[in-house]
Amino acid sequence: MSEVKSTSNDSEYDYSSMTGSRTMERFIGGLFATSLLATVGLGVTFWLGGQPQIEGALLFVALLGIGVGVVAWGKYLTPHGPFVQEREELKSSDMDRDAFYKSLERGTKILGRRSFLGKMLGVSLGAFGLLQLFPFLRSLGPVPGKSLYVTDWHKDAQVVKVDGSPVTVNDLEVGGVMTVFPEGFIGNAVDQVILVRPANYNLVTRPGRESWGPQGYLAFSKVCTHAGCPVGLYQELTQQLLCPCHQSLFDVLTGATPVFGPAPRPLPQLPLYIDADGGLRSQSGFNEPIGPGFWERGNE
Amino acid sequence: MNKRVEKTTDWLDERLGIAKGARSSLNKIFPDHWSFMLGEIALYSFIVLLFTGVFLSLFYVPSSQQIIYHGSYAPLRGQSVSEAYASTLHISFSVRAGLVMRQMHHWAANIFIAAIVVHLCRVFFTGSFRKPREINWIIGSILLILAIVNGFIGYSLPDDLISGTGIRIAFSIVESVPFVGSYLAFFLFGGNYPGTSIIPRFYTIHVLLVPALIVVLLAAHLGIMYHQKHTQYPAPKRTNKNVVGTVLWPTYALEAGGFFFITAAVIAALGGLVQINPIWLYGPYIPYKVSYAVQPDWYMGWLDGALRLMPSWEIVGFGHMIPNAFFPAVLLPGLTFTALSLWPFIEKKITKDDQIHNICDRPRDNPWRTSLGVGILTFYIVLFFASSTDVLANTFNTSLNLVLWTFRILLIALPPVAGYVTYMLTKETAGLDDAGQRRAPVIITRSEDGEYNSVVVAEEPSLRPSAIFELQEVSEEKAYRRAAQGDEDDRELVGAPESSSVDDNGGVHREDFHSQRSGGSGIFRVPRNVPGGGGLFGGRDSRRQRRRDTQE
Repeated sequence: MSEVKSTSNDSEYDYSSMTGSRTMERFIGGLFATSLLATVGLGVTFWLGGQPQIEGALLFVALLGIGVGVVAWGKYLTPHGPFVQEREELKSSDMDRDAFYKSLERGTKILGRRSFLGKMLGVSLGAFGLLQLFPFLRSLGPVPGKSLYVTDWHKDAQVVKVDGSPVTVNDLEVGGVMTVFPEGFIGNAVDQVILVRPANYNLVTRPGRESWGPQGYLAFSKVCTHAGCPVGLYQELTQQLLCPCHQSLFDVLTGATPVFGPAPRPLPQLPLYIDADGGLRSQSGFNEPIGPGFWERGNE
Repeated sequence: MNKRVEKTTDWLDERLGIAKGARSSLNKIFPDHWSFMLGEIALYSFIVLLFTGVFLSLFYVPSSQQIIYHGSYAPLRGQSVSEAYASTLHISFSVRAGLVMRQMHHWAANIFIAAIVVHLCRVFFTGSFRKPREINWIIGSILLILAIVNGFIGYSLPDDLISGTGIRIAFSIVESVPFVGSYLAFFLFGGNYPGTSIIPRFYTIHVLLVPALIVVLLAAHLGIMYHQKHTQYPAPKRTNKNVVGTVLWPTYALEAGGFFFITAAVIAALGGLVQINPIWLYGPYIPYKVSYAVQPDWYMGWLDGALRLMPSWEIVGFGHMIPNAFFPAVLLPGLTFTALSLWPFIEKKITKDDQIHNICDRPRDNPWRTSLGVGILTFYIVLFFASSTDVLANTFNTSLNLVLWTFRILLIALPPVAGYVTYMLTKETAGLDDAGQRRAPVIITRSEDGEYNSVVVAEEPSLRPSAIFELQEVSEEKAYRRAAQGDEDDRELVGAPESSSVDDNGGVHREDFHSQRSGGSGIFRVPRNVPGGGGLFGGRDSRRQRRRDTQE
């Protein structure tokens, strides 16, 4: 292999390329040998069934041996100059540019004579492209329609636990909390409701909600009005619900109004009643869309 | 020269004509500085991502289909989990080297984006984005966006409890876009949240769409860098018109090639020894469950922090709503990445500087840019730390309220302070004569009387001015140039008599062409290939000529 040679003063780069070259050679050779050993070890590890920590450590040694060896080879056993090279100007010469414009003009002139054809082509291509968007967009998903406004909660829906059993009036102690669903829709993301029982007497969170909290049972949509996380934490002492994603706090006794953090709206409350068998049921669905905001949603 | 090498080269050269370009590549000079390695780290961790990613894709099942887990992780047996989650557990526990590959993939992604960000800072603070490198700055900005997007999507694929919550937040953010948000969200998710389409769709985006874009843009990024030649830091004898550094073959090739292995080695060590994303501890995603103290991967931290710090505002009116999440999670990144990509043009508007810059600025030499950069960076760093408000409140046993308000105030107050301090510091250091210069080592001696003396060690060869500043040309390149210049007249004109290329339309005279090419300034006067009959000029002319001929 030809060797890049200094033209002015050989001794200048001799220092960088040759100092202790024997030692360096041995060192690099040792690194490559270590890498080889690690690779063999890796093979054995795989053969024996593998173990993540050992694999990682051996991969590290195998790759590092090669890496450091090759870099050291480049750094200590090859000339470093410093070398210099001219930067050619990126700009083309004026003559090249002019020639380019002339060539370009040739085409545009010929094409420009039939500008009507050009426009027609543009319209056809544009229309074709736009139309292709339609099946693509329409097949990707349904249009939202009213689906963001509704849940599966409806009049007289039975409140059930995650295991499917109905929630009765004795299921929660005062201070208890539970995630519930409408019967038949267990686990449904939009239907999740957090049931809390701050007291054992009828609770009124807000005017107009006089009958919504029988025997202290309050039900709120569990989908945070900020970014949709499940509002999973209940602090009994302060009667607050906390969303663990962005720390929005909702005050239970005033109808889950946001008191802290980024959530802009209260959690929608589900009106409950207790049926003849002592089971909890919903008086109706939610009276507003659950979850975070969206454009179509005004100020209902 | 080795006979076999020569034979192969000849074979290729006769078909592709590679020898000429390859020669100049081998002789190419690369400026040498540790800060130029940052982009290399990004490149190499991307290569690691490709290798480990292909491995993972052989075992991962992109499906939200619920199955009962029967795998080797006993605590989860009998639970209903998605196929995506089950297959990720399978990779982690049953595929040989699977866990190492998975963790290497995750670590490499984090390092990839970190390296991009630090590389971006280096380019910003040294002004390396200035003319002629604006295009590469824009490509780099797009690469950063793609890397973040693909990182987030990849993080979501295991379908564990924590990443599932992240997807839920992503749905809300897409939903918050004015006018089209709910449509966008429904088209992306194939219906209302959660649906069953998002995991397979994310998979296609993650392994096909975005990587393909990254590969193409990365190739352009490197190709443009190669073509324009790298910037260099100011030093004696370095000018705007030269490149000083190491030669590609063999020095730079060895150093850069070896560095790939070092990067891969560090990623392998992390992948094997440092646990990341233990999804079996988080459990499968269940929409009504949530974990506490949830943090996303680091590169999403600033967005999460912005979501937390945002006051509880929402704009409602005219029957429409601009939701809260829009401002921190759509508007902020939108403005961020727009301003980022357009920065070279913004700065040009201010400085009116249209010069070519191949010499980097030292950060202290440009106080206003440096302090502005530090101020803006501080803003995002505060946002990043704000993504752990709950953890901080717990750790320091204080109220969330206090932590939140501290961060809100810091977000506004800290950037100007940081910028001002930086401005003063740059002013200070710019005034020092020897700032940034390498110090000569000294030997300090104490005389018997207790007097101290320092003597400069002049013998250290690397510190001799001549060792640093004596520039050489690569001898083969020099020899080639000499040879090419020596017989250029003969070679260039072979088969192309001067009179033949004169034409009435193009006005191109072979003499003009010749003198322009070989008479140009500079050290290198390498003759380029003069196009013959079918080149840029020849084709057109000869066709016209032909037409004219037939008419006559």
